[in-house]
Amino acid sequence: MLSFETFLIASVIKIVIAVFVLLTAVAYTVWLERKVVGHIQNRWGPTRVGPFGLLQPLADGIKFIFKEDLTPPHVYKPLYIAAPIIAVMCALTSISVIPIGNPVRIFGYEIPLQITDINIALLIILGITSVGVYGVALAGWSSNSKYSLLGGLRASAQMVSYEISLGLSLVGVLILSGSFSLQEIVAAQSGSWFHVIPKWNIFQGQIIAFFIYLTAAYAETNRIPFDLPEAETELVAGYHTEYSAMKFAMFFMAEYANMITVACLATLLFLGGWHGPIFGPPVLQAVLPVAWFFLKVVGFLFIYIWVRGTLPRFRYDQLMAFGWKFLLPLAIANLVITALVVALKS
Amino acid sequence: MDLHLALFLIFGAICVAGAVNLLVQRHPINSALSLITVMASLAVEYLLLGAEFVAAVQVIIYAGAIMVLFVFVIMLLNAGEEERSGGSRIALLIGVPGMILGSTIVAWVLLEHSATGSVSIGALPGDPKKIGWLLFHDFLLPFEVTSVLILIAIMGAVVLASKPELSSRGEKER
Repeated sequence: MLSFETFLIASVIKIVIAVFVLLTAVAYTVWLERKVVGHIQNRWGPTRVGPFGLLQPLADGIKFIFKEDLTPPHVYKPLYIAAPIIAVMCALTSISVIPIGNPVRIFGYEIPLQITDINIALLIILGITSVGVYGVALAGWSSNSKYSLLGGLRASAQMVSYEISLGLSLVGVLILSGSFSLQEIVAAQSGSWFHVIPKWNIFQGQIIAFFIYLTAAYAETNRIPFDLPEAETELVAGYHTEYSAMKFAMFFMAEYANMITVACLATLLFLGGWHGPIFGPPVLQAVLPVAWFFLKVVGFLFIYIWVRGTLPRFRYDQLMAFGWKFLLPLAIANLVITALVVALKS
Repeated sequence: MDLHLALFLIFGAICVAGAVNLLVQRHPINSALSLITVMASLAVEYLLLGAEFVAAVQVIIYAGAIMVLFVFVIMLLNAGEEERSGGSRIALLIGVPGMILGSTIVAWVLLEHSATGSVSIGALPGDPKKIGWLLFHDFLLPFEVTSVLILIAIMGAVVLASKPELSSRGEKER
C-alpha cells in the first residue's frame, strides 16, 4: 500500500504521461490513416513535412492553432462552446482506467501501468463514452444550421442504437472472466492450449462477439461505413459544419481518441491484452508485454483504417435496420449461448 | 471522512441547484441539461455511499441513454422557448408554503420515526456480485414482473407509433 503522497505523485506523473502518449497517439493515428488510405487509393499520402511526412501532424496542429476561430452569428453560444469541450473531455478521460501491462516495481513501489485500477473499470468507460454523445448532439443543435442539426440527430440516434449491441457483446466476455476489472479480465486470458493457441477471449468462443463489438464500435465512433453524422456528400460536414480552428480540432481529436480507446478495449477484452510470447533477457521480458499491447492496438487501428479505405457508406435506414434487426438479435443469441455453455460447464 | 462529507455536501448542492435550474430555465434543452447534472451528481452521491455499480449504471442508463433520447426529441421537434404564463397568485401564496410544510413534515417523520439510521461508507451492498445475487435470487419475481411491464410498455409504444398498414382498412374502421 502506498502512502497518500506517493500515490498522489505517482498518479499525477501517470496522468501527465498518459495524456501525452494519448495525444501523440491521436496525432500519429491521423498520420497513419492518411498514409494507409493514400496507399490504398494508390497515392502517397503526406510526404513533404519531415521524413515520410512524419511531422505532418505537428504542422496540422500549428495550423489549427493559428486559424481564425470563427463563431457564426445565431449560434447558441454557451452550448456551442461547451460541445467540443464535452466531446474531447469524455474522449480523453476514458483512457484513465485502461491498463497497458502488469504492475511494475519502480523504486521498491508496486505501480500498476494504468492511472487507476477500479473494479468497475469497464462500466466507467461505457458511462463516459455514453456521456460523450452530448458533445456531438449539442454541437449539432447549438450551431443553428440544418446540416449540423441533421448530423447531431443522426449521431445521437445512431450512438444510442449501437450502444446496446456494443454493451451486449461485452457481456459474454464478462461471463467468461467474472469481473468488471480490466486487470482481472486480462488475467483470465493468460495461458494457451497446447502452447499454440492463446486463451484469448476471441478464441474462447467470443469471435462473434468480437465482430459485433467491431461493427458497433465503428458506429459509436462515427467511422465509415457508419459515418452518417458527418456524411460530407449530403451534410457538408455534419455536426461540426459550423466549427473552425481549434474547436473543430477538438472534435477531430475526440474522434481519434475514441478510436484509440475502442482499440485498447478490444485488445483488453478480446485479444488477450498484453499477453504474448515472452523471451530474451530480463529487460526485454519487462518491455515485451507493453510492446504486445501496443502492437495489438495498432493492428486494430489498421483494420479501422483498412475498412475506411474499402467500404462505402450505408444508407441511414440500412444503418438502423442493420443495428436493430441483425446486430442486436445476434448479440442476444451470443449472450444466451455463452451463458448456457458456461452454466453447463460449471 | 471529512473529505467524504465535503464531497457529499458539494454534490448535494450541485444536485439541488440543477433541480432548481431545471424549473427556472425557459428553454427545454437547458432544462434537459440541468436534469443531466442532477443525474450525474446523484451518481456521485451513490459513489460516496460505496455503491459504485449503481453509480455507473445511473450514468450509463439515465445520463447516457434516457436523457440522450430527451435531448434527441427536443432537437427533433425544435422546441422553442416556453412562454411564461403569469401563474396564479393563489398557487404561489398557498403552494410554496404548502410545499415547504409538506417536505418538512416528510423529512421530520423520516428522521424521527423510521428505523433507518445513518449508514457508514461502504456498508451497503454495492458490488456487482451482491446486486446480481439480490436481483436474481431474493427479488426474482419483482424483477421479472418489472421486465414484463416494460415489455408491455414497449409494445404499447409500437402500437401507438405505427401507422395503419392499409389506408383503405383505416377508412373502413372510421
